[in-house]
Amino acid sequence: MPGKPRLTYFNGRGRMEPVRWLLAAAGVEFEENFLETKEQYEKLMKDGSLMFQQVPLVEIDGMKMVQSRAIANYIAGKYNLYGKDLKERALIDMYVEGITDLMQMILVFPFSPPDAKEKNLDSIKERATNRYFPVFEKVLKEHGQDFLVGNKFSWADVQLIEAILAVEEKIPAVLSGFPQLQAFKIRMSDMPTIKKFLQPGSPRKPPPDECYIETVLKILKI
Amino acid sequence: MAGKPKLYYFDGRGKMESVRWLLAAAGVEFEEEFLETREQYEKLLQDGSLLFQQVPMVEIDGMKMVQTRAILSYIAGKYNLYGKDLKERALIDMYVGGTDDLMGFLLVFPFLSAEDKEKQRAFVVQKATSRYFPAYEKVLKDHGHDFLVGNNFSWADVHLLEAILMIEEKKSDVLSGFPQLQAFKARISSIPTIKKFLEPGSQRKPISDDKYVETVRRVLRMYYDMKAN
Repeated sequence: MPGKPRLTYFNGRGRMEPVRWLLAAAGVEFEENFLETKEQYEKLMKDGSLMFQQVPLVEIDGMKMVQSRAIANYIAGKYNLYGKDLKERALIDMYVEGITDLMQMILVFPFSPPDAKEKNLDSIKERATNRYFPVFEKVLKEHGQDFLVGNKFSWADVQLIEAILAVEEKIPAVLSGFPQLQAFKIRMSDMPTIKKFLQPGSPRKPPPDECYIETVLKILKI
Repeated sequence: MAGKPKLYYFDGRGKMESVRWLLAAAGVEFEEEFLETREQYEKLLQDGSLLFQQVPMVEIDGMKMVQTRAILSYIAGKYNLYGKDLKERALIDMYVGGTDDLMGFLLVFPFLSAEDKEKQRAFVVQKATSRYFPAYEKVLKDHGHDFLVGNNFSWADVHLLEAILMIEEKKSDVLSGFPQLQAFKARISSIPTIKKFLEPGSQRKPISDDKYVETVRRVLRMYYDMKAN
C-alpha cells in the first residue's frame, strides 16, 4: 500500500513550497526529507533518484518525481484540483504559469547581490501591481464567483493565495488597490485545509533567511 | 466552426517554436501573425488579447491562450499526445520539463555577444551531454520501446527531438555517445508529420539571427544586455 508522499528538498520554501501548499490544500499528509549536507545530495545523485540531478524530488505512488511543474500537475490531477475538462485545465494552467512567473522573481530575490535588492524589490512590486494582480482582480470581478475557474476550488486558487501572501511579506500594502483579491484572500484563508496550513506548526516554511541561503549555496556548490 | 489555430509571435523560434513543432507533429495546420512593429504589439495590448501582456499568444478553440506551457499542454491533451492516464502524463511532464530546461538555455543565445555565445555554447553542450541526454538515453535503453512513454508517440518525443536538433546545431556530433538517442532521432524524424515539418518550406523557423534580435528588442523595447550562464 502506498505510504504518504515524501518530499526531498532543503528546509525552506524554494521550488518545493508550491507543492507543500497543494498537498496541504488537498488535505494530503506528507513526509519531508531535508537536505542539509553535500553528502546527502551526492548520495541521491549516485543512487539515481534524481532524473536530472536536481531537487525537488517527490516520492509519490511508486514514482520518484522531479520537475516541480510535473509534480504539481500530478497532484492537482489526482486530487481533482485541475478543472473538469481540457478548457478548464487550460485556464488553470494559464493562471498558474502567470503566477509562477511572479513567484520566480520572489524565488531568486534572496540570491541577488545586495546592490540589486532594492531594484529587484521594485520590479516585484511593479509586476504584481501592474501585470499579475490586475488580471486576477478582473477574472474574479467579471464572473463574481468564489473561485478562479469553473466555480470550483482548484490549483489556480491555491497558487494565487500563496503568491498573494508571499508578495505581502515583501510589500504589505500591495493589495490596497484590489478589493476582489482582498476578499479572495480571506475566503481562501478560511478554507479548512488552508487555514490549518497557515497555522504555526504546519509544514509551511518561513521566508528564506541567511542560514537557508547558505545551505543551498553550499550543497549546490554555487 | 473553429478555424485553424493562429499563432502570434515574432518571425523566429523563441518560445513559440515548441508550439509549432507540436501542432505540426499532430498534423494540425495553423496560421501565423508575425510581430514586426511596436504598434502591432501595442494594439494587442490595448485590445486585451495578451493576458499577461506577453507573447506567445495562440488563438485556439475560441480562447486567446498565453503561457507557452499552458498552450502546449492544451494541444497535447486535445490531440492525444499526453499519455493515457495520470501516471503517463506525469512521466511526459517530467521529460518535457527537462527538455524545456535544456532548450531554455538556448533562448538567450541570439542576444549574446560573440564571446558570450562561445561560453553559452560550451555550457549548453556540457549540460546536454552530462545531465539531459544521459537521462533520456537511459529511459529508452531500459524499456527498449520506440517512444519515451507508454509505447506511444507523445509530446515528450516531439520535444526531445526538437531539443536534440537544436543542440546538434551547436555541436554536430553531440549525439556520439548516445546510440539510443541516435536511433530515436532517426525514428521520430521519419514520422510523416515530422518529416514534413523538417522539409524546406514548412513553418519551422531557422536559427535566430541579428534581424530577429533587432525586431524583438524594438517591439518589446527590451534594450538591456543579456548574459551567458
